[in-house]
Amino acid sequence: MSVGESIRRVDALDKVTGRAKYTDDLADKCVLVAKILHSNIAHGIVKKIDTSAAEAIEGVVKIVTCFDVPPYRFPTAGHPWSTDPHHQDVQDRVLLTQHVRFYGDDVAAVIAENEVAASQAVRAIQVEYEELPFVLDAQRAMEPDAPLLHEAYPNNILGHTNIRKGDYEAAIKEPGLIKVEGWYETPTVQHCHIENNISYAYQEGQRITVVASTQIPHIVRRIVGQALGIPWGDVRIIKPYIGGGFGNKQDALYEPLCAFLCTQVGGRCVKLDVSREETFVSNRVRHGIRSHIISYLRPDGSFAARKLECFSNQGAYASHGHGIAAKGMGAFPQLYPCDNLECDAYSVFTNRPVAGAMRGYGIPQAMFANESHIDDICRVLQMDPIEFRRKNMMPVGYVDGFSKNENYVDSLGQCIEKGKEYIDYDRKREEYAKDTGPVRRGIGMAIFWYNTAVWPISLETSSCRMVLNQDGSIQLQMGETEIGQGSDTAFAQMAAETLGIPVEQVHIISSQDTDLTPFGLGSYASRQTYVGGFAIRQTALLMKQRIQQYASEMTRVAPFDIDIVDGNILRTTDGRVLMTLGDLATEAIYSLTHSQHITSESTYQIKNNAYSFGCGFAEVEVDIPLCKVRILNIINVHDCGRLINPALAEAQVHGGMSMGIGFGMSEQLLFDEKTGKTLNDNLLDYKLSTTMDHPDLVARFVENFEPTSAYGTKSLGEPPAVPGAPALRNAILHATGVAVNTLPLNPHTLFAQFKEEGLL
Amino acid sequence: MYDIKALYEATSVKHAVELLQAHPEAKVLAGGSDVLVQMREGKLAGKELVSIYRLDALRGVSLDADGTIRIGSLTSFSHITQSPIIRQHLNVLGEAVDMVGGPQVRNIGTIGGNTCNGVTSADSGSTLVAYDAVMQVEGPEGVRLIPIAEWYVGAGRVSLRPGELQTAILVPLQKYQGYKGHYIKYAMRNAMDIATTGCSVNVKLSADKKTIEDVRMAYGVAGPVPMRAPAAEAFAKGKPALEETIQGFGEAALGDVNPRNSWRASREFRLHLAQELSKRALRETIRLSGGVV
Amino acid sequence: MHEVQYKLVKCTINGRPVQTMVDVRASLTDMLRNDYRLTSVKKGCEVGECGACNVLIDGECFNSCIYLAVWAEGKNIRTLEGLLGPNGELSDIQQAFIDETAVQCGFCTPGFIMTAVEILETGKEYTRDELRKLLSGHLCRCTGYENIINAVENTMHKRLAAKK
Repeated sequence: MSVGESIRRVDALDKVTGRAKYTDDLADKCVLVAKILHSNIAHGIVKKIDTSAAEAIEGVVKIVTCFDVPPYRFPTAGHPWSTDPHHQDVQDRVLLTQHVRFYGDDVAAVIAENEVAASQAVRAIQVEYEELPFVLDAQRAMEPDAPLLHEAYPNNILGHTNIRKGDYEAAIKEPGLIKVEGWYETPTVQHCHIENNISYAYQEGQRITVVASTQIPHIVRRIVGQALGIPWGDVRIIKPYIGGGFGNKQDALYEPLCAFLCTQVGGRCVKLDVSREETFVSNRVRHGIRSHIISYLRPDGSFAARKLECFSNQGAYASHGHGIAAKGMGAFPQLYPCDNLECDAYSVFTNRPVAGAMRGYGIPQAMFANESHIDDICRVLQMDPIEFRRKNMMPVGYVDGFSKNENYVDSLGQCIEKGKEYIDYDRKREEYAKDTGPVRRGIGMAIFWYNTAVWPISLETSSCRMVLNQDGSIQLQMGETEIGQGSDTAFAQMAAETLGIPVEQVHIISSQDTDLTPFGLGSYASRQTYVGGFAIRQTALLMKQRIQQYASEMTRVAPFDIDIVDGNILRTTDGRVLMTLGDLATEAIYSLTHSQHITSESTYQIKNNAYSFGCGFAEVEVDIPLCKVRILNIINVHDCGRLINPALAEAQVHGGMSMGIGFGMSEQLLFDEKTGKTLNDNLLDYKLSTTMDHPDLVARFVENFEPTSAYGTKSLGEPPAVPGAPALRNAILHATGVAVNTLPLNPHTLFAQFKEEGLL
Repeated sequence: MYDIKALYEATSVKHAVELLQAHPEAKVLAGGSDVLVQMREGKLAGKELVSIYRLDALRGVSLDADGTIRIGSLTSFSHITQSPIIRQHLNVLGEAVDMVGGPQVRNIGTIGGNTCNGVTSADSGSTLVAYDAVMQVEGPEGVRLIPIAEWYVGAGRVSLRPGELQTAILVPLQKYQGYKGHYIKYAMRNAMDIATTGCSVNVKLSADKKTIEDVRMAYGVAGPVPMRAPAAEAFAKGKPALEETIQGFGEAALGDVNPRNSWRASREFRLHLAQELSKRALRETIRLSGGVV
Repeated sequence: MHEVQYKLVKCTINGRPVQTMVDVRASLTDMLRNDYRLTSVKKGCEVGECGACNVLIDGECFNSCIYLAVWAEGKNIRTLEGLLGPNGELSDIQQAFIDETAVQCGFCTPGFIMTAVEILETGKEYTRDELRKLLSGHLCRCTGYENIINAVENTMHKRLAAKK
């Protein structure tokens, strides 16, 4: 048994000794260095570029501008490609652009012998623009007179989808209904993985190899091919250890440009190391979403009708398209089912940095709005927030018509109970309600559900390869990438479990190389253990069959009477150990009569999805005159099915909670209204939590094994980032009576609102 | 790799002055946590630097015979905090510089750099202003002593003449003896941050701990440079160490400050903070001095 | 052609006296990574805000990205690579990072461990809040710091208990 045990991470030793090699550690120190010239206007057309001064700088090898790049438009989203043109990602990028759509867009690139020369040259390039008006706000961008970013998208609307159920207009006429309405707004935030995006590229023959810090090597191969207009098989992507991704690296970022620049210098190795400032501005950010919710309630606390509108700020390019806003909206009808619904979600282009995937994919924004709104309702109805949720939340037996996800057991109720007990909710709720001084305490909570994987919206497939080594150990290769979350360790545990061998005998190859690794889509959607599990189990069973067959040849015991337990080949009829797997493997390779290299490889297409559930509780102390909030206690409780590795699961929840706290309390990218420039593109001015900014983080679990899953598990990667912000907001509401509907809940926001409500 | 046009490493203060005279365009490089960052950003790219970092003679805290506290300009923040002299006589300064950035920044950052870059948010600035510190500079014409009131000329500008170098910061005995100080750094994070507003207050209570014999207060980020709060000081001086005085002190402070609107914080919020922090800091200094409020 | 200014820098790195000619424009990060291939010294921001490039210089922690390589002259520098014992044994703090699941993507890990070394070598006992402050010069996006603080705290207690 290895599934369910908190074994040490398979990569921990290399990571605590400095032996683990990341992209920059592998690059030859003599590589050419590339740097990008970004636009210093928010919207305009490049008329002319003068590179003469830059070219004169010693050490500059080549300068490539937006007038020199191939004409191919390509998508960047880390989605599986669709062979149906109607479902393909929007192809709106070129390697360097003449039509600049945000402050920080890519206009030209310098290749130089060293980084000083490259930086000097970037500063020396003269660009002449024809400036165009720009727009930063999503709703403003939808107005008829707003500047248009992409001709194919009138009113800047990239996507608009809706949900209609029952008859909202008729339902709201029911007598005696109570209306609760609110606008909720979340900020633009950034992933802030500590390793920035980096890639280097070189050519061998006609082929281009790109070594990159990416979550999605196989997808990046396709996109590099599309961007350069070359056969996809001519591209090889290698992903070594990466220093975090959180969704930013679930886009093709600068890998296509890096590959192209390499071809411009005769295939010499070119490195494109993205700075922290560029990571903030010119990679991807989380969508800021403004949500408008109206609920009509009966006095008994049941919903009669509900309406939701969300406006998602897409920034300048489509990236993941409308998927994020649509996913956020999709969570609404299921969390609190209601017979009469009207929901609309808009993804709107603006002249801001490009929004893409980020841990939670629209759900942190949606749950902030939804769960804040629920506490607003409770205040109006004077109901306890937990009682109200229990009454209205997704019931056991609920089945989603589209995904066929089913709520098998009362996971939400069990999670709430666990969190409530830990934080002593009832007592504190009552006690803190009496606080009236300048410093007040409060307690709040929020619930959520989350999908596992992306089926049936798009393809889910996972491939696995196993090779039996001469000593009976196994090499395991997966297309799903280790990005820090610990998937390699979980995969090794799964393989060991099904094969019946000790986990130390599973050697997982952490690096993905599209020339060597079986096809996989990479790391995203909290799907690794779920989708990977199917392929691992299927491949391990195949491997086991071959081992049983070979053992049978050697021993004349029927294959069906042979099992592998703890690395031994057993006769199941009496439990006799026939040999070790190592003995068998050595014989299989070196046999003079029947030498066989035992391997297995298979692909599993997953046509299931699963609900993952959880909740968060937060206890705060608000210093009203200082407009500051101190978090006293915070806990997340998750039901992600069976825990493959409890210690790793807990650690992953800690990280998500910290990200949720940052999203709730302090993080926000700011933009200059006059120029569109990002004002705080560094780790000093962007307020990512430090060790001193939150208390100890508590993670708890409820384990209801997921029946559709190969190993009983379901999503946990993203969900931890979800409940923190609304739980904190609701705790502040409880403490102060002030409903703050704009994140982050930092002193600036609180000062304005406390002032407005007369607390200051 | 930094875009340094030329690096000149000084081997003594005299050598540094000579280098600065020979290379008038050169910037002085102390710990580098400011200059190197600006160089990478492009603002100082391609400049010549005179590095004084290895002038160990400019490190350390000592007491002069007349009781003056002498802080070498290259003393790092962490060494100031750890200094027994500072702990005993000027603890508030050690506490203030212990709020700069994070531990690594406090190991590299120097008090000289923190005062020579002339920024209003410097965590050492307001406390030094509140204690009437004196800047010792050395240049072609020898040593000059500049009262801190004359040090800050404008945002990012200090009264150093060409070829001059700050070598020490002095706090005379009569400025600290009998005073207890408290600094509040108000920032968005509890580490790795710059002050939204900083407020440093020190008081000297009467022997019976009931009267405020003297009080001095200085702010960071309440104006273009660290600045004193004369109206608030005048209000509280000689008054009883009571809550009423504290309230009036805070109100009076509003007349002293003139913060600006920026994306980091609104003027209105900074005004609110100036008032609130002054009260909290005064209350704490009274408590530290043995008063009861 | 612009003449590059070089300087011979002699120092001790991980217990070994070394020397090399460095371009005076190089940061200590550049020297450690490029000249000595000590790639545990990571680049995360290059302006002293993330702590990924942290190393010990004469017993104190510094962000090597904003420290000139020429300043290393005569200094005693330690990086994560120097923590292994003579036979490749892990130090207690490295083992604690493994045991406490304090490692995820691993990119901030070397910097954190070196600050932990500085903390532990003081031989003092710190409260959890003091440890939080002492570790606050490092950013991590994966762990929420929880297990990192646990690893440092547990190692501190073990060392203190061993001393008694």
